[in-house]
Amino acid sequence: MPRDSQTERRGAHDPIIEVRNASVTYDLEYRDAMVLDDVSIDLRRGEILGVVGESGSGKSMLANAMMDAVEEPGITTGEIRYYPERGSEPVNILDLSDEELRSLRWEEISMVFQGALSSFNPTMTVRGHFEETLDAHDYDVEEGMERARELLEDLYLDPDRVLDSYSHELSGGMSQRALIALSLVLEPQVLLMDEPTAALDLLMQRSILSLLDDIKEKYNLSILFITHDLPLVSGLADRLAILYAFELAEVGPSEQVVRNSQHPYTRALLRAVPSLDAPLETMRPIPGSAPNPANTPNGCHYAPRCPLATDECHEETPPWFDTADDQRTACFNHDDAGDAVPLELEVVES
Amino acid sequence: MSDQRNSTGSQTTDRDDETVVSLEDVSVHFEKEQGLVDSLFNDAQRVKAVDGVSIDIPENEVLALVGESGCGKTTLGKTIIGVQRPTDGTVTYRGQDVWDAKDGNRDASVSYGDIRKALQIIHQDPGAALNPNRKVLTSLEAPLKRWNSELSTEDRRARIFALLDRVGMQPPQEYAHRYPHQLSGGEQQRVALVRALLMNPDVILADEAVSALDVSLRVETMDLLLELQSQFNTSFVFISHTLSNARYLTEKAGGRVAIMYLGEIVEIGPPEKVLRDPKHPYSKVLRWATADLDPSQQELTDPPVRSIDIPDPVNPPSGCHFHTRCPEAREVCTTEAPELGDEAGQPGAHCAGCHRTDPDHEYWDSDPLDGVEPTDAPRPRGESDD
Repeated sequence: MPRDSQTERRGAHDPIIEVRNASVTYDLEYRDAMVLDDVSIDLRRGEILGVVGESGSGKSMLANAMMDAVEEPGITTGEIRYYPERGSEPVNILDLSDEELRSLRWEEISMVFQGALSSFNPTMTVRGHFEETLDAHDYDVEEGMERARELLEDLYLDPDRVLDSYSHELSGGMSQRALIALSLVLEPQVLLMDEPTAALDLLMQRSILSLLDDIKEKYNLSILFITHDLPLVSGLADRLAILYAFELAEVGPSEQVVRNSQHPYTRALLRAVPSLDAPLETMRPIPGSAPNPANTPNGCHYAPRCPLATDECHEETPPWFDTADDQRTACFNHDDAGDAVPLELEVVES
Repeated sequence: MSDQRNSTGSQTTDRDDETVVSLEDVSVHFEKEQGLVDSLFNDAQRVKAVDGVSIDIPENEVLALVGESGCGKTTLGKTIIGVQRPTDGTVTYRGQDVWDAKDGNRDASVSYGDIRKALQIIHQDPGAALNPNRKVLTSLEAPLKRWNSELSTEDRRARIFALLDRVGMQPPQEYAHRYPHQLSGGEQQRVALVRALLMNPDVILADEAVSALDVSLRVETMDLLLELQSQFNTSFVFISHTLSNARYLTEKAGGRVAIMYLGEIVEIGPPEKVLRDPKHPYSKVLRWATADLDPSQQELTDPPVRSIDIPDPVNPPSGCHFHTRCPEAREVCTTEAPELGDEAGQPGAHCAGCHRTDPDHEYWDSDPLDGVEPTDAPRPRGESDD
């Protein structure tokens, strides 16, 4: 049963990308494996949306589906609508031809993956990448390179040095920042970032995040930031979407989701993260393990690990409940989540 | 999880202060690869991965080495367990020089084989550390066949099954007959752990053993490691780039945290002190980099460093290595390298290699470097350094 796709109401907010009932399936020999299950969510204009999930939860699939970039033989169904301007006619991304997709990517919607080293061609300088990208999309190269230099400076890089380097001559943090600059050189409106900092040191991760915040303002970007690291993104993102085993568990304003989540999985995840100041006893693992995509449970995917699960949870997919202002939770027992999975966020003042 | 370990205050009773491994003024320098032309005209470039580190690992110690990539934490860890030969300084295992024993010194009180057995490692990527073509049982039998050849097949397997059972892989007989790809990441990590534990080692080096695991498995795995640590009386050296993991492990076990920067230990001590009340500006930077769950503490401020990139380790900055990025650096920091202090090796001591810890240092009369905010903290005169 498809979930109510009207939950994200139109009008109240200004979406730049609407994802409706998006699913990605792989047709295996014995049965279908679903790696993204009926996900509906909006990326709003000008916001940073943090998508948090553990490895194998389908979070990269969501980003790939948004650009119709799921690799064969994966099949993407549902609708992805892109609104170039407020109130304009939507572009249905899944219906575009290859040629149309090619110009949409980079020019309108750009993507940054983790591991910049594998995104750069090792035999080409960074300047070569910028020029090639500008040229391939028929942009004015000279003007574009001006923009490139400014972007690199915004990211605390020395344009002269970086442009003449090969990617292997740069540190991981520098090449990742150069890649972010490259992804923005065609002035896209949307930036999809899939674990863009995962391979980097914490200091570099946080530094890039604080730069992203500035860059978003300066270039009017809407950003989807995918990560497994909840604390990393919760300070940056305006809203958080929690993904568990290929489906969305909860969506809401960051502070609300962290402080007052109504979903037992979100709460358990918050509790499982080691932190610097919270008392050690409050950190608890989540018992059990996540399901395999070829063998997902019938009802709520979290039910087998959930302390609140009832028969209903094992049989039926929970619908969305509006649990607070702008916060929605896919859990039958959301009212009891707080008591069942207590979570203390009080910080020990030192 | 249930065993509430005594914290640092009361470690007198069961702690055996005998030192297992001792490093004295150890350096590991690597020569950078050069092309032919370069090698004819220039001296080889040397990377100082570890630069003059002294540290003792007592029995039952839990030590976490923390730092950014390239700071030398893995090289130092490998030097501690005797798989990386230092270019300078000595590494001793229970009084025996490890590399003398390796070189076949006949006076060795402990043979290199025994040392090798006593110092074990768990690698970062458990999947790559296990032979994909061998069943778990075969992988686990190999070290026992080599070192405990007196064991019968039944005894050997009984020992393996008991340990698999102990790390929560039940039923062990079934797990033993699986191939690595049939195990989850967490289970592969446990097999690697069992393989290290079979040797009854004195020290286990765990290189980023937790960071590759899913968030929901980390606390569980760390609890397991600590439980085994206390049960087997093994010392653990954890390598981590994450302060929060290092804190969890060391605070629960009453251990120590050592912060490394460009080949040197810049601060060492109990986690309650190093992480809650860091003295070294670099430790403070790492604290800033560790995101807090509480959204009100979450405001994204600019990084408290003057440069977010690490300098090239081939040519580390003069004086204090950190002075190019340090928000507190003054002229004297560019020429004079701070000392960590002699008591740094002792358990419980909290030491930082920074001129600011010495209230009478000429630092306080030195001029701030470009981009450094002029003195924000008053000179801490009279504050004794205990």
